[in-house]
Amino acid sequence: MSLWPLLGIAVVVAGFIARFNPLLVVVAAALVTGIAAALSSGVDGIHAVTGTIETFGKAFNDNRYITLTWMILPVIGLLERAGLQEKARDLIAGVKEVTTGRLLFLYLFVRQLSAAFGLTSLGGHPQMVRPLIAPMAEGAAEARHGDLSEKTRERIKAQAAATDNIGLFFGEDIFIAIASILLIKGFLETNGIIVEPFQLSVWAIPTAWLAFVIHGVRLLRLDAAIARETPPPSAPAPEVEA
Amino acid sequence: MIGLDVLYLIGGTFFAAMALLSGADRENPKRLGNGLFWGLLSVSFLLGSHLGDLINGLIVIALALLAGLGGMGHGRPATTTPEQRREGAARYGAKLFIPALVIPLLTLGGTFLFKAWTVNGQHVVDPKQATLVSLVLGILTGLTLAMIMIRPRPVVPLQEGRRLLDAVGWAALLPQTLAALGAVFAAAGVGQIIGQLAGSGISGGGPLVAVIAYTVGMALFTVIMGNAFAAFPVMTAGIGLPLIVGKYGGDPAIMAAIGMLSGFCGTLMTPMAANFNLVPAVLLELKDRYGVIKAQIPTALLLLTGNTVLMYVFVY
Repeated sequence: MSLWPLLGIAVVVAGFIARFNPLLVVVAAALVTGIAAALSSGVDGIHAVTGTIETFGKAFNDNRYITLTWMILPVIGLLERAGLQEKARDLIAGVKEVTTGRLLFLYLFVRQLSAAFGLTSLGGHPQMVRPLIAPMAEGAAEARHGDLSEKTRERIKAQAAATDNIGLFFGEDIFIAIASILLIKGFLETNGIIVEPFQLSVWAIPTAWLAFVIHGVRLLRLDAAIARETPPPSAPAPEVEA
Repeated sequence: MIGLDVLYLIGGTFFAAMALLSGADRENPKRLGNGLFWGLLSVSFLLGSHLGDLINGLIVIALALLAGLGGMGHGRPATTTPEQRREGAARYGAKLFIPALVIPLLTLGGTFLFKAWTVNGQHVVDPKQATLVSLVLGILTGLTLAMIMIRPRPVVPLQEGRRLLDAVGWAALLPQTLAALGAVFAAAGVGQIIGQLAGSGISGGGPLVAVIAYTVGMALFTVIMGNAFAAFPVMTAGIGLPLIVGKYGGDPAIMAAIGMLSGFCGTLMTPMAANFNLVPAVLLELKDRYGVIKAQIPTALLLLTGNTVLMYVFVY
């Protein structure tokens, strides 16, 4: 067994740590891996290079559908131009009971539950988080604390994105027809083990609960962190005893 | 049958428009670089199926060099001021949410509908691509509704789209390129090597060590590959099946289900899962490229520990 193909992993790790442009790092890693594997199995230099570029080019071409998502940007940009984010903020600022933590807690619940029913497309970063969830989460904090510091804004926006991911990942596996369940079933089958999708999805439930509790508690504690960073503007000055 | 061909034609036209508008943007000193980047992507979308693998590979390399060597700048299409946006929010009110919410709802509805829709026994929409076709349909519908409501000049949505696309920049291409990297890793046998190394390293350690090696191995290898789907066959063939199931008699369904979810903990912690972790950081204009990952790490580590305990308690 030749260890040379692992060189690409080293390129990835070193490249990300050195903060090179990730696109360049990924392409370099692909070329290094492919060429190393071909050379170590006895392919001559020039064919190792062209063969690797071909494998990479074919895979890139086959995965173009992933990049189609960006076609959503014109409609999101147009709505933002007309005040979508501002409206989302106002809407939340008008409800006193809503805090950033409670709002994201609710979003976690809805995202996880809808994903568990296979409705994974109800969410996502360009569709929901940027235009709606993140401005709402910021708006809820602004309603309480007035203008927010840069650090607090970053914290809130990062948590909004994190909540979308966690809700999706630990909800979708409860749905029996999701890609990961089918992959598991297929892989076990080729190894001579027959499992029903239902058995797999049932065993996704304990982890789903755990994810909800762990991240939910972190979200509910977010309000306290925001308050520490940004004291409410209306807070009365502490009385000084005469 | 409506399938990927039609979608790539629409997508290629969109990126061609981005290329032309970028090239004409005098506010951007690197306008030619941006024009070339989106133009090459447009070529890949429109002609990729006819160019051959080598040319497609050279296109990716050119795109990466353009991005990595600082060839791209930020376009600055004119947009509205914060005051105008507040006026807009007051004028249109909650109606603004309708075009935004139409997109996920149509994606969802279309996915079910298109899978079932046949005329004379023929599918109208390729059932394998039902979700993507529905997404694009939802986007076009949302755009039409927004245009009717806001009535901008026709070029405005394209310029607003370019404002956001330039903010994302080369990162827009990262998820697709990572998927291609995964294919190269697979062809080079990276997974098998890792699986053999991991399996032979812990074979004498007992049932608890096997569970820990499997869940942590799933997470770690997902961190490297950016995708739990790539890690699952490797770790399950290297550790899960021979040790947990074979040697210690564990239940394969429980092992596989919790193993995959341990991989998802890894997805939360890696820049290699670009579309979940890096792209949102750019979309939300975070200063810290790794801000989303940092927000996820505590949840991911606690959950990975929880998964390991769950598996040890239930699998044997």
